Amino acid sequence: MGSDGIPPARRGLPALLMDRSVPGRHASTLPVCDVPLSPLPPADLLRDDLPLPEVSEGELVRYFLHLSQLNYAVDTTFYPLGSCTMKYNPKWHDEVAGWPGFAQVHPLQPEATVQGTLRLLHELQQFLSTLTGLPAASLAPLAGAHGELAGMLIIKAYQRAHGQDQRDTILVPDTAHGTNPASAAMGGFKVVTVPSDAQGNVDLGALKDAMNERVAGLMLTLPNTLGLFEPNVLEVSRIIHEGGALFYGDGANFNALLGQVHVADLGVDVLHLNLHKTFSTPHGGGGPGAGPVLVREPIARYLPAPIVQVAEDGTFQLVTPESSIGRIGGFAGNFGVLLRAYCYIRSLGAAGLREVSEQAVLSANYLRVLLKDVLSLPYERTCMHEAVFSAALLKAYDVRAHDIAKRLIDYGFHPPITYFPLIVPEALMIEPTETESKETLDAFTAALSSIVREAREQPQWLRSAPHGAPVARLDEARAARQPDLRWRPAAP
Amino acid sequence: MTAGDIVLDGLRYTNEHEWTRLEGEGEAAVGITDYAQKLLGDVVFLSLPKIGERLTQFAKCGEIESPKAVSDLFTPLGGEVVAVNEEVMMHPELVNRDPYGQGWLFRLALGDPGELDRLMTAEAYRALVVSPEG
Amino acid sequence: MAAPSPYIPSTEDDRRAMLATVGLDSVADLFAEIPAALRNPRIVLPEPLSEMELKRELAALAAQNTNTDSALCFLGAGSYQHFVPAVVRALVSRGEFATAYTPYQPEVSQGTLQATYEFQSLVCQLTGMEVANSGMYDGATALAEAALMSARITGRQRVVVLEGVSSAYREVLATYASGPDLVIDPIAPDALSVDEGAACLVVQHPNFLGYLEDLRRCADAAHAVGALLVVSVDPISLGLLRPPGHYGADIVVGEGQALGNPTSFGGPYMGLFACRQEHLRQMPGRIAGRTLDAEGNPGFVLTLQTREQHIRRERATSNICTSEQLVGLACTIYLAALGRTGLRDVAALCYQKAHYAAARIAALPGWRLPIEGIFFQEFVAVGPRPPAEINAALLRQGIVGGLDVSDQVANGILLCFSEMHRKQDIDRLVAALAAAGGE
Repeated sequence: MGSDGIPPARRGLPALLMDRSVPGRHASTLPVCDVPLSPLPPADLLRDDLPLPEVSEGELVRYFLHLSQLNYAVDTTFYPLGSCTMKYNPKWHDEVAGWPGFAQVHPLQPEATVQGTLRLLHELQQFLSTLTGLPAASLAPLAGAHGELAGMLIIKAYQRAHGQDQRDTILVPDTAHGTNPASAAMGGFKVVTVPSDAQGNVDLGALKDAMNERVAGLMLTLPNTLGLFEPNVLEVSRIIHEGGALFYGDGANFNALLGQVHVADLGVDVLHLNLHKTFSTPHGGGGPGAGPVLVREPIARYLPAPIVQVAEDGTFQLVTPESSIGRIGGFAGNFGVLLRAYCYIRSLGAAGLREVSEQAVLSANYLRVLLKDVLSLPYERTCMHEAVFSAALLKAYDVRAHDIAKRLIDYGFHPPITYFPLIVPEALMIEPTETESKETLDAFTAALSSIVREAREQPQWLRSAPHGAPVARLDEARAARQPDLRWRPAAP
Repeated sequence: MTAGDIVLDGLRYTNEHEWTRLEGEGEAAVGITDYAQKLLGDVVFLSLPKIGERLTQFAKCGEIESPKAVSDLFTPLGGEVVAVNEEVMMHPELVNRDPYGQGWLFRLALGDPGELDRLMTAEAYRALVVSPEG
Repeated sequence: MAAPSPYIPSTEDDRRAMLATVGLDSVADLFAEIPAALRNPRIVLPEPLSEMELKRELAALAAQNTNTDSALCFLGAGSYQHFVPAVVRALVSRGEFATAYTPYQPEVSQGTLQATYEFQSLVCQLTGMEVANSGMYDGATALAEAALMSARITGRQRVVVLEGVSSAYREVLATYASGPDLVIDPIAPDALSVDEGAACLVVQHPNFLGYLEDLRRCADAAHAVGALLVVSVDPISLGLLRPPGHYGADIVVGEGQALGNPTSFGGPYMGLFACRQEHLRQMPGRIAGRTLDAEGNPGFVLTLQTREQHIRRERATSNICTSEQLVGLACTIYLAALGRTGLRDVAALCYQKAHYAAARIAALPGWRLPIEGIFFQEFVAVGPRPPAEINAALLRQGIVGGLDVSDQVANGILLCFSEMHRKQDIDRLVAALAAAGGE
């Protein structure tokens, strides 16, 4: 049983901040007021009490350290979540992002005082353009789904500007990530689902049937969410474009394509990238991320504001594209995240980024071959950066993908994605990324093999897993039936 | 369908796994079947039609939620909603425990009793859910 | 033979072994499905450099910026300079927090989940609301999502916006509203009327120009027609001011950046989002809930997930997936570090510094404060020359002035003060303003 995970922590969670508070304790210091005092607003405008914790700094540190130790993270454990690209996050990026010259800069400062930042952002726009083949970029969207929303509004604006108001529908494959239809709906579109064929690709016949003059666009993840390259992508592009629709590319899986192909050459008109996936920025437990959107030249005018341009005098400035869909966030994007992606690209260069996709795809195929006789492989073909397996073969033992995931925790691994994409029953989607060693992949394979053996011999041990985590399996039904979403003082 | 799935005689069924039972004068109770509750898993929340609402046969009239899924609820018959099971709203687990009894969802005053003919008998429903899983 | 980069452990030997297992001759074979003519496109990027060399280059870029550690700055307008205790960065930079994923596997994410529950609790306590989510992208998008949520709840299509709401926020609201074709109706405080077509009344408090709004009047106007009251707040001000929950707000949003996060040229920030219990199921975003594990011990999970995109897809309350979790962690640690007395003291200091500055500026010849009302840490000053000229003069003295708001108030500058400004800093600003006004 090999793993590079952390040993199981002691069971039990630390007490909440408000429960451990003692009146009078505090964890900060402030200077005294050095200006003459002005009268405060009338009492009826002021709050009576401020129920916040009262702890010392040492207690605060112990508490959050203890909490941190309850997490699995990329820094502690192999984290093979499909489509999440949980690669190693370089530490020097964090250092640079904390420099006052980048962190202590107000977004509304005069442009002459932020030329370093604007130059960096302009270069990043260009880097992402050369990697995708799409010449125009906006770094404003604050996450992938935010980029998708921008993309949907861009398509809507484009179609309306071309007199195509009747195009009120977006086509989405049945393998699509939930954000795709959700973004289309937020953009005001109806969603029509296109089925996949037996090889896991978009069904061309179904696509042709679904295409009509009401379709504004198709959203497609490249490679798709089964980890497979759509060999018919050029045909898909032709069908879509001949029908007057636009091709939206979901770039969540871009780690497979870095340096290998220009998505623009595959027919993509509008694309978003997830910098917190492909470009190594830390996932943070759920963000921050960044979801830049890139488009073909004729669509550039609709990009969300602001974008960075070079003025005639060679200085950098923030501008609003001429038919922009508008501002999509409060300022110019998640700069701290954008900066880290810039650092990453500068440290790898074109050849280095090509090596990323090569190794990512090689490692995924390595696991595919090692595991195809352990779990079942619904699609017997070369995969890209991730491989989707099915645990349906264990149903006879009343063991499900869920149980395998929970048991992997005991072996010190974070589980892969389960139950997605929806078209694969008992799906386990495994993306190793390029930053894992062969030894880790071998250990993971050994763990899964062992677990599948356990499924046949002692399934109840899997069904009651995890056994070595800080908590046992959690009751999600209870959480939904009796929502307890915030601290309340104990009843007297 | 496993050996434990219950299908009650005397009820009528839809292919969306709702059941209906005639009660009293021109009224019918509606719920979801044992097969459905097993498929859903732990029911955690119900969105049911309101009293007084007029429903059309087979129209979507609500939603049933488990922690990880949402299922649409379709009415087997048309009519006016005359009662909603308050108990099951507060204790959604009743749908899992007793889908044909305490887990009833709502009751209708029927518009057209002839609509019953469009529903499956218990036998037909048993045959539907007994097909081997893909 | 060396591995390609410090981030890729596989050596040539490793790759050879993997290729042998896969049964291919070369890595290029893995990409055979990509049309050959499209393979290996031209990628134009700078040659890679070592960490040492890149840090030098980046330091040169950073040096081209004016930063607020070395220059006085009096900008606010939605992004605020506050002192962040060292303990915040020390804890937030822990790899176990920073490199974890969204906590969909709760048993190995109790750190993230309990911290999220703490965040939700503190947001509720700060805002006086019943439930809060784990955060949106920023204050602007939180406000936009609140409007969408109000439209869903009421079934109405109009969003009434009080004109004190920041124009950037209103732009974002317009972008989001263009999806479901909501109509935005701006109104002035002296024409505060909300009609029955309104899904919500949106108010910023303190408003964009720094002044408090009459939330009681706003609540009455909205509720009289069955519309929701949406209030956008500055969380630091809530250390002092009565929270919107007290006035009957239905949804409270705001920018959490000020709670322990640097200004960082506008991101990453954090959208606070809280609402009344009855609207819980329409609230977007992730929510952590407390439950029990199989052995009866307490634990935390993401809950009410059926609202979200990964389950409800096109019928979800929002498409939001990744948000600003780590920024929210900084907010939580900051609030815990300052605590009950500390946040009130920070708020009081901001208030006092701003009021001292206001008194001194108002006393300058040619300068006045045109807006009547109570302000918190920002206010508008009007001088004898256009703000562009004033600010240029300030910059020549190494001071970044306030925001030019002459589009709203003739010759108006929006100045912001915080606990970080010492009396001598404010005096220096006043002297510079006096000189700039007289030049």
